[in-house]
Amino acid sequence: MNVYALMFYATAVLITAATVLAITRRQAVHSVLFLVISFFGSAMLFYLLGSPFLAALQVIIYAGAIMVLFLFVVMMLKADHEVENKFPQRFWVPGLLVGFLFFAAICVAVFSDPSSPVPLNLTTVTPKEFGRFVFEQYWLSVEIVSLLLLLGLLAAIHLGKERGRGEGGQE
Amino acid sequence: MIVPYGHVLALAGIIFCLGLVCVVARRNLIMVLIGVEIMLNGAAIAFMGSGLLWQRLEGQAFVLFILGIAATEVSVGLALVLHAYRRSGSVDPDTYNVLKG
Repeated sequence: MNVYALMFYATAVLITAATVLAITRRQAVHSVLFLVISFFGSAMLFYLLGSPFLAALQVIIYAGAIMVLFLFVVMMLKADHEVENKFPQRFWVPGLLVGFLFFAAICVAVFSDPSSPVPLNLTTVTPKEFGRFVFEQYWLSVEIVSLLLLLGLLAAIHLGKERGRGEGGQE
Repeated sequence: MIVPYGHVLALAGIIFCLGLVCVVARRNLIMVLIGVEIMLNGAAIAFMGSGLLWQRLEGQAFVLFILGIAATEVSVGLALVLHAYRRSGSVDPDTYNVLKG
């Protein structure tokens, strides 16, 4: 086991622990902050898997923009003191059973695959190569995603408009 | 040489299942959206590992598109949550039981 494998497992443990803490917190603000740690861990993982550009995007977009958006909305809702209804007791056993079966099916599918034990080779893709590839092979998808972002912006402005007081959009 | 491909996919599966549990078990719309984000993150990790296995750039391109889709989904989703909160005064999805607009 070399230093890269050690870094991978350490990052994996960090991501999993932060995600478990995030989904079990009572307060939404705490879980958003734990999720920021989880996304920083994913950014480290992307760097390790050979894409510094996507690691930077993960930090900027996921850990930066999306999580700050969550924090703003959590603060606007003023619903933190509201007691969250617990998941009904009688649904816990089937819920956990189905979740465990789903995870077991994933494990069987992953580890019975012949390409599963193949070790990954370290490569690094520079942002220049990546940009050339995306804009030469997938330019139509880039346009579609940009159109989708524009539609999301319009929908957010329309939905966030407060009728009566006229405060404008939230985004 | 880093880890076997199966370990990356197992990590992605664990994160996806955690997000699924968060979506199903939490009774708070903000936490449901957070669960969807976690699931998308797990999918992105699986794409990164697959792109590295076959030494193709398509995996990373799809991670880029997942980022864009996650940003759109979360902005529209949070706007919908705010809208529903102003209508009903609650973020519990069980309280949304009136179809009248």
